[in-house]
Amino acid sequence: MQLPPAVHARLAGGPGAAEPLPVERSPKAGAVPFRFTARQVRFPREHEFFEDGDVQRHLYLQDVLTQVAGAPERPRVPEFTCQVAGCCQVFDALEDYEHHYHTLHRNVCSFCKRAFPSGHLLDIHILEWHDSLFQILSERQNMYQCLVEGCTEKFKTSKDRKDHLVRRHLYPADFRFDKPKKNMSPATPRATVQVSAEALGAEGEQVEGDAMEVCSEPAGERHTAGRRLSLAMGN
Amino acid sequence: MWLRRQGCLRPAGCGVEELRRRRREREAALRKARREQQLISKRLLRDDAPEEGEGGCVAVILGQAEIQQFLQLAQRGTEEKERGRALVSLRRGLQHPETQQTFIWLEGSMRTLVGLLTSNQALLQLEAARCLHELSHSEQSAVAEACLPATSYLLTYLSGHSSDFIELCLYTLGNLIVESEAVRRQLLPQGIVPALAACVQSPHVTVLEALGYALSQLLQAKEAPEKIIPSVLGSTLPQHMLQLLQPGPKLNFGVAVEFAWCLHYITCSQVNNALLITHGALSTLGLLLLDLAGAVQRTEDAGLELLACPVLRCLSNLLTEAAVGAVGEQMQLRDERVVAALFILLQFFLQKQPSLLPEGLWLLNNLTANSPSFCTSLLSLDLIEPLLQLLPVSNVVSLLAAQAFLQQSGLQALERHEKEAQLQDRVHALQQTALHS
Repeated sequence: MQLPPAVHARLAGGPGAAEPLPVERSPKAGAVPFRFTARQVRFPREHEFFEDGDVQRHLYLQDVLTQVAGAPERPRVPEFTCQVAGCCQVFDALEDYEHHYHTLHRNVCSFCKRAFPSGHLLDIHILEWHDSLFQILSERQNMYQCLVEGCTEKFKTSKDRKDHLVRRHLYPADFRFDKPKKNMSPATPRATVQVSAEALGAEGEQVEGDAMEVCSEPAGERHTAGRRLSLAMGN
Repeated sequence: MWLRRQGCLRPAGCGVEELRRRRREREAALRKARREQQLISKRLLRDDAPEEGEGGCVAVILGQAEIQQFLQLAQRGTEEKERGRALVSLRRGLQHPETQQTFIWLEGSMRTLVGLLTSNQALLQLEAARCLHELSHSEQSAVAEACLPATSYLLTYLSGHSSDFIELCLYTLGNLIVESEAVRRQLLPQGIVPALAACVQSPHVTVLEALGYALSQLLQAKEAPEKIIPSVLGSTLPQHMLQLLQPGPKLNFGVAVEFAWCLHYITCSQVNNALLITHGALSTLGLLLLDLAGAVQRTEDAGLELLACPVLRCLSNLLTEAAVGAVGEQMQLRDERVVAALFILLQFFLQKQPSLLPEGLWLLNNLTANSPSFCTSLLSLDLIEPLLQLLPVSNVVSLLAAQAFLQQSGLQALERHEKEAQLQDRVHALQQTALHS
């Protein structure tokens, strides 16, 4: 099929519409020759008109499988250590380090060292566990927000929220990022927050071996002197 | 931006003939599946090198005891690397359907795997996610449904930051979505649509492509028009999708392909196309069509039709919306360069993918049906003859070409071409068609 050069030139030109020619029958036409009306056509989802294109699409998807299987090996780099204080993990690939960092160091609560998978869950945690204003307000109004992004419901207690997560959002009853705070007294401001397995255990919270929250740290304790609960007073 | 991933993989020891044969088989299987409305394809991210011999999968079949052993080692081993290796061995086994079955029927196995997925050890998390990904590739819905306990976590991780991990979760979700309605029934209340809407703002191209894939699987579901598309349209996803389809330096081919298909599944379901038009879908897709025609002129890359196809379909369906007349000038499609672009693409299809010619002509029909301006463009750009040249290609093409053609000042043009001997037969045939249609 040969295209006139004007077509390529037109594509390269600027936007614009043609001035429409009048829609009228040629004088030579005589009687109306066409028993045909111009109309737009719609094809619904499952129409067989789409079969060929759909098949090509799926062949492409299947091909990507084999393409990805042949993806180049991750480049290895000379071993290096995670630079976060107290962490001594060693890596020889940047992607492994990226994942380690995001999992363990990125969304970490500065008060209790728990790590969370997202900023969203970290924010909720800080609010509910370390903010005394939250405790006060929650006695008067519903403060426990639903964890699901896009759901704006709030609840009086953490248990009510869990029930909502299970019933409305079909979440597992033991969802790991919704641990209720065992110690129900308001968080007291402290000049230093000592972090060690013993301290956490003393507050009566279970430290599960597989739980997400506890950052596994080497045996030495860390004093995080000077941390203030600046969030607590809502400033 | 027009570079595709190079598809260079072929199984060792495969000749070109063998590849063609396999491709024909796969194509036949897909056609059959489509007619039964069971079109399912999945992506599998496997990144251990396939050096374990030739001829397909060398997955090891693991028995119950071995699976238990690997799980225990992963859970209770002393050294992280050792625990990770146990999961790698498990994953290799899970490449085999029999191991998958044994795994899902083994009590506590999924619970342990989910525990590892949510552990505080990054390496174990990743390896556990890879095991889940293998399971998601199963063609048995029982296996997909066995993965249900993990879905809330997969969704939670979409708002994390580790792009490789998010990519893996997205492909896994996409595979699970397409396999079982039970999975979709759980994922929707778990908030998959808002999770995807949040994730689509990621700057990582690999994440976006994976997200497009997962979303396209969700939109393809048979219950999508009633249960899924309305909430997708109500989210911020449409605006982001259109942004990702805008031509320019940031356009990524793989990402655009996925989201163009997403848009197609939405538009052909006719749920609320007017909304898409108010978001500027017509002008975005029109500009993308121009870009495609430009790309087709520059390169012989035969992969461009993967993007052209859904773009043509979306434009054709959107043009039928009554809303088109109701929106502002800048939202409409009036640019006659679209006609030029379309013919350049038709020429390309004729050479590389004739099965897409009907779809291109469908767009031509919808462009010209109510538009004297586009008809005039066709005449002034001298495109009647190329249109006539498409007639012998197939029955469908003839019908659509005739329809498109007859909307122009057909008779005048016919007279002009009557003189050209080689076209005479076609001209007469067309005149006959006109008289009898």
